[in-house]
Amino acid sequence: MDDRAQDVMNKQAPVIEPGYTFGTVTDKISSIVLTRPTSNGWFLGFGIAFLVTMGLLYAVGYLFVRGVGIWGVNIPVGWGFAIVNFVWWIGIGHAGTLISAILLLLRQSWRNSINRFAEAMTLFAVACAGMFPVLHLGRPWLAYWLFPYPNTMSVWPQFRSPLVWDVFAVSTYATISLLFWFIGLIPDLATLRDRSENRAAQIIYGMLAMGWRGSAQHWARYEMAYLLLAGLATPLVLSVHTVVSFDFAIGIVPGWHTTIFPPYFVAGAIYSGFAMVLMLAIPIRKFYGLEDFITDRHLNNSAKVMLATGLIVAYGYGIEAFMGWYSGNRTDAFLLWNRLHGPYAFFYYLLLTCNIAIPQVLWIKKVRTHPGWLFLISGVILMGMWLERFIIVVVSLHRDFLTSSWGMFYPTRWDWMTYIGTIGFFLACMFLFLRVLPMISIFEMRTLLPEAEVKAE
Amino acid sequence: MDQQSENSRREAICPSKKSKLDLATARARIEETKGPEYWRSLEELAGSEEFQEMLHREFPKGASEWLDSVSRRGFLKLMGASMALAGMTACTKQPLEPIVPYVRQPEEVIPGRPLFFATAFTLSGYASPVLVESHLYRPTKIEGNAQHPASLGGTDIFAQASILGLYDPDRSQTITYLGDVRTWGDFLSAIRGPLNVQKGLQGAGIRILTQTVSSPTLADQLRSVLRLYPQAKWHVYEPVNRDNVYEGARMAFGQPVETSYKLDAADVILSLDADFLSAGFPGQVPYARDFAKHRDPDSGNMSRLYVIESTMSTTGAKADHRLPMRAWEIEQFARTLAGSGLGISSGGSTLLNAEQAKFAGAVAKELQNHRGSSVVMAGDHQPPAVHAIAHAINQQLGNAGKTVFYTDPVNANPVNHTESLKDLVSDMRAGKVDMLIIMGGNPAYDAPADCNFADVLKSSKVPLRIHLGLYQNETAELCHWHVNEAHYLEAWGDTRAYDGTVSIVQPLIAPLYNGKSAHELLSLLAGQAEATGYELVQGYWKKQHPGFDFDAFWRKSLHDGWIEGTAYQARQATLQNAATLPPQTPASQGIEINFRRDPSIYDGRFANNGWLQELPKPMTKMTWDNPVLISPAMAVAQRMDLKSEDVVELELNGRKVEAAVWIQAGHPDNSITAFLGYGRRRSGRAGTGAGFDMYQIRPSATPWFANGVNIRKTGGTYVLASTQGYQSIETPNGAERPLIQAATLDEYHREPNFAKEEEPPKELTLYPGFDYAKQPYAWGMAIDLNACVGCNNCIIACQSENNIAIVGKEQVNRGRHMHWLRVDTYYQGDRANPKAHFQPVPCMHCENAPCELVCPVGATVHSTEGLNDMVYNRCVGTRYCSNNCPYKVRRFNFLLFQDWDTPQYKMMRNPDVSVRSRGVMEKCTYCVQRISEHRIDSERENRKIEDGELQTACQQSCPANAIIFGNINDPNSQVSKLKAKQRNYGLLAELNTRPRTTYLAEIRNPNPELES
Repeated sequence: MDDRAQDVMNKQAPVIEPGYTFGTVTDKISSIVLTRPTSNGWFLGFGIAFLVTMGLLYAVGYLFVRGVGIWGVNIPVGWGFAIVNFVWWIGIGHAGTLISAILLLLRQSWRNSINRFAEAMTLFAVACAGMFPVLHLGRPWLAYWLFPYPNTMSVWPQFRSPLVWDVFAVSTYATISLLFWFIGLIPDLATLRDRSENRAAQIIYGMLAMGWRGSAQHWARYEMAYLLLAGLATPLVLSVHTVVSFDFAIGIVPGWHTTIFPPYFVAGAIYSGFAMVLMLAIPIRKFYGLEDFITDRHLNNSAKVMLATGLIVAYGYGIEAFMGWYSGNRTDAFLLWNRLHGPYAFFYYLLLTCNIAIPQVLWIKKVRTHPGWLFLISGVILMGMWLERFIIVVVSLHRDFLTSSWGMFYPTRWDWMTYIGTIGFFLACMFLFLRVLPMISIFEMRTLLPEAEVKAE
Repeated sequence: MDQQSENSRREAICPSKKSKLDLATARARIEETKGPEYWRSLEELAGSEEFQEMLHREFPKGASEWLDSVSRRGFLKLMGASMALAGMTACTKQPLEPIVPYVRQPEEVIPGRPLFFATAFTLSGYASPVLVESHLYRPTKIEGNAQHPASLGGTDIFAQASILGLYDPDRSQTITYLGDVRTWGDFLSAIRGPLNVQKGLQGAGIRILTQTVSSPTLADQLRSVLRLYPQAKWHVYEPVNRDNVYEGARMAFGQPVETSYKLDAADVILSLDADFLSAGFPGQVPYARDFAKHRDPDSGNMSRLYVIESTMSTTGAKADHRLPMRAWEIEQFARTLAGSGLGISSGGSTLLNAEQAKFAGAVAKELQNHRGSSVVMAGDHQPPAVHAIAHAINQQLGNAGKTVFYTDPVNANPVNHTESLKDLVSDMRAGKVDMLIIMGGNPAYDAPADCNFADVLKSSKVPLRIHLGLYQNETAELCHWHVNEAHYLEAWGDTRAYDGTVSIVQPLIAPLYNGKSAHELLSLLAGQAEATGYELVQGYWKKQHPGFDFDAFWRKSLHDGWIEGTAYQARQATLQNAATLPPQTPASQGIEINFRRDPSIYDGRFANNGWLQELPKPMTKMTWDNPVLISPAMAVAQRMDLKSEDVVELELNGRKVEAAVWIQAGHPDNSITAFLGYGRRRSGRAGTGAGFDMYQIRPSATPWFANGVNIRKTGGTYVLASTQGYQSIETPNGAERPLIQAATLDEYHREPNFAKEEEPPKELTLYPGFDYAKQPYAWGMAIDLNACVGCNNCIIACQSENNIAIVGKEQVNRGRHMHWLRVDTYYQGDRANPKAHFQPVPCMHCENAPCELVCPVGATVHSTEGLNDMVYNRCVGTRYCSNNCPYKVRRFNFLLFQDWDTPQYKMMRNPDVSVRSRGVMEKCTYCVQRISEHRIDSERENRKIEDGELQTACQQSCPANAIIFGNINDPNSQVSKLKAKQRNYGLLAELNTRPRTTYLAEIRNPNPELES
């Protein structure tokens, strides 16, 4: 029984609406880049995102001139928005890799219509994330000291520090993600090269296509490389956020020093990543009329992944609270109390609402397939996941062991400008991506068509 | 074998050896040919292979040569050689022409090694004998004079911070006339005329207003000026004065005697609002040391301290029994104690409530049981009657001569300051003053409000007003002439310590701005215009010590920092009839306001001293402000409903001032405390505008406490910058954290190990251990919480030694103050009368340091001697170390906090300590620069560093000897002995950090009768 028959049996939406052929799929996707006029909406969206990016540039420029003291960080809260944002963005990036690599290996062919822009999103999210560890340094111009580069004084990084592990984890992740995304693009770049009528576009796409002619040998090598990279990327989905969680778990700060962090961080990352995928997919398919390619099936499946990972995250919160009580540890018990009754209690309750309570409506199928509701819930989850990192970073630090050293963290306008600025940067990158590259993998979409089925003789 | 075959054989082996045609052979061949053949032959010849080859040999193609591998190697060889030889040109031996450096190294000065000079810092007439560290004749650090009985090595915060005063860029730098710059010569000619006029009038129009004068030379000069101008008058005024002390002594003994105490001989101490453990109290340094000495719980004879006080003070915090009372009730308490408890006729009243009566009864019993070994002290702000009663009790108990001593007053002119100022003001009003010379002080700012001193000064009633001062302050603004005064580290002088011992004040540096000392200004009036301070001071002492050995005497006095035999002899003081006590002040209604000197900036004179402004006040941890203190019960009272940081308007006798409120546990109800010295209008970059000016409502009749203040909530709020987040070890969820270990003496005897927490086993770490025991040194510190009196001195000493920046109020409020050493103050128990504890917290130098593990670049590392070192150059500023430090002792340069530009500060800094820049973490180093210095010295002398030879800055300045540092590998070192004590405990030791800094638990010695 083939997939489509199974879909009908299960009363599921198809992964691609019927009636398409190889040619129409290619036309539809490539026309967005090549032939359709660029809409005013695109210019408006990109313009706003670009302005916000300029705000980021200003905030960063001022930061470099004055120092990290323009933010709200202090002693005891040595890490503030920068690290919260770093973890948040890295987490968002995870969905892309999960969709491209793990779902590829698991032969989840429905991923074909969302993997391209999910990967692009990963790249841009990692770029946003990667900024923060450098920006938050007291002396950012010395950030390269975290790399083990040969130098005359034979000074190495301190390999016991989780921050050094972070450097390796994140830079590996960024490299693999970029390669994976680019290799996946090559056949489509060749398509664009062949179809474009503009000489400059032909040259640029032609160079990027690296001489792809679509021969059987090319396809064989391509499949092998793609599979190998998927195999490489798969452990990264788990390892990157595990290492990021070590930044906290290795520390002795109550609220950080817990063994549940790695799985709980990974689940949270995928949770927020899928939320971001939906936040992007829903408006994109609407504005570019791609409902036939990104169908309710995709929304439904993504919502299910969110529901599952959300429950793992809820389990993490539960365990943290339980251990606060069960361990009998004075500081852990206080941490729990402080989350529930301390000065930041409102944000903890908000976090529980956003990440646990509201997403439970995803049990309802109607919600899972309703773009408007999903968009809203995804936004709530993204906010919740940001709050989760805020609770972990700030609320743990602001009241630790010595009551004399307790303090408060109040973000400044520069904190907000930097944070919102990276969102602007992220969106600006997404807009450019939508305009110049095929947002949906053309050739992979074609494999979903009935024409692509190899008929048993 | 013929030539031909030989050649062809050669050619076969090596083609390049083919027989060659040279020019001579070619010429010969041409000559052989004749006629037309000649040309043909030449062409032929030219075209021949041999000829071609010859041409090539003559003009060879370079390329054909280089193709050969051997030649290429040769080329490289040549290149290398020529390069090497090019370098050799530098090897030409220059002829020897020896030059001789022009060395004129001053005697005793070794660059890089500091010198120490003894001198003395004077505050309100009382000297703090100090040693000043001088690097190439730049004074950089103040330390106590260990030889001097009034210091014994300790100092107070004001003396410590005075080095910053010297280099204060806001100090007055020139002489001015109506704000315009003038020269000393201008000033001399300007006052010559008026002085001549006054000569004819016998000086009837001259008024000299000084602060408290204890300098023998200055007093002598003033007297001679008064002899020259018999009608002139000398007035004395300081806002924080000892009028009550001297009045009380007059009441009791008929003469103004100075009282001093021997607290190490006192088993029972009763303080009637006497805050003798806080900086600014005369004799605080030796009192703190003697007090701490007698508080050793292991000695078997621990003293007991009772404190009755009107506001929460460090002395109250150290008390075994503390009773908060409104200031005016304390007189009642004293009368009751003397009258009913000790049988002294005192017009006793019995207005005390049950708790107070019980307290008085218990204290009376204790005092009776400790005749001759007890002390009753009255605070400076208590009325004279309380002082008189205290004297009477001490006499009655036979303490005089044993624990209490009477001497001549240190103040050379012990007049009543307030009266003196009032006289001056009325003379000014009456137009009797032609020439007012204000020597130091700032009466336009700090005179009692009802004196209207500033208004009178402003009016044209005084034709010539001269101000001598360190700053262009509020008073200088209203005077015609301002003469910039020389700092005490710039000028000669002399002064007296609390026991009368004279110190010669010797300058450490020439006046930075050509300032003049009070001696030099006065010498003008006396007609000795050219006399220098040196001549004046030495001249006075020549008269006192005539004889051939004066030079030796002078040298020794300067060297030692004090003049032997000048301490006042204790004298007999006979109690007059106690019936002379004034009647009891009537019971009053309404809210009482207490005016106190500020714990950090005193009466306002240190307002521009950033170190002192940013020094957290001992009980509130407040910086840069002087909120009004109010008790917790009073704050929530129905009418008020005040919270900390609310703004209130205080109204007293029709005068109003606005101020912020701070809720202070342990403050008596129905009473508030206002600190003087803030709200300066004209002070400098640090002082101007900080806090609230309480002088605006201070009455001259009752300068210390007044009744009937009206408090009105304005509805506004004011941001206050306190450095301590939470002042309780009980967390809001009710858990008490074992940060402070304290017990009573009985509990300690029953359970000597009470302070010890269970420590995790040493192996409980992933990383291999290090055997510190095998090293020559393992540095460690023990801090005796029982001895610490919370005076904050260590903080300033550390700041001065380690070039620690100040950050300003806004940054303190954000939690970015930079103190490497802080003193945490915790309250425990009943908020109306809590127990308070002080805990100095430097870096713990953990053997398993959590900070080191997480630094990504290895900028914080452990030394073999157990120091947790900070490598500033390597730090990139992730702040991970601070997050992971459970003690939160790390400080981060969030912005460029150090002032890199002001030239004065460059001179002030300790050259042995790096000045940190922005983006770098820093923290306590155990004064590693001092360790290195002593290590170098000891290695040169081929010995180990001896115990006690090396002191950290905090340890050195501690008046109570609460901080002991040393080698814990030496079992006989002082620090090892302290760490071996049973009450030694590590802070948060359960985290397996293995701190090198440990604490000795606090032990109190309560009276069982009052324990209920």
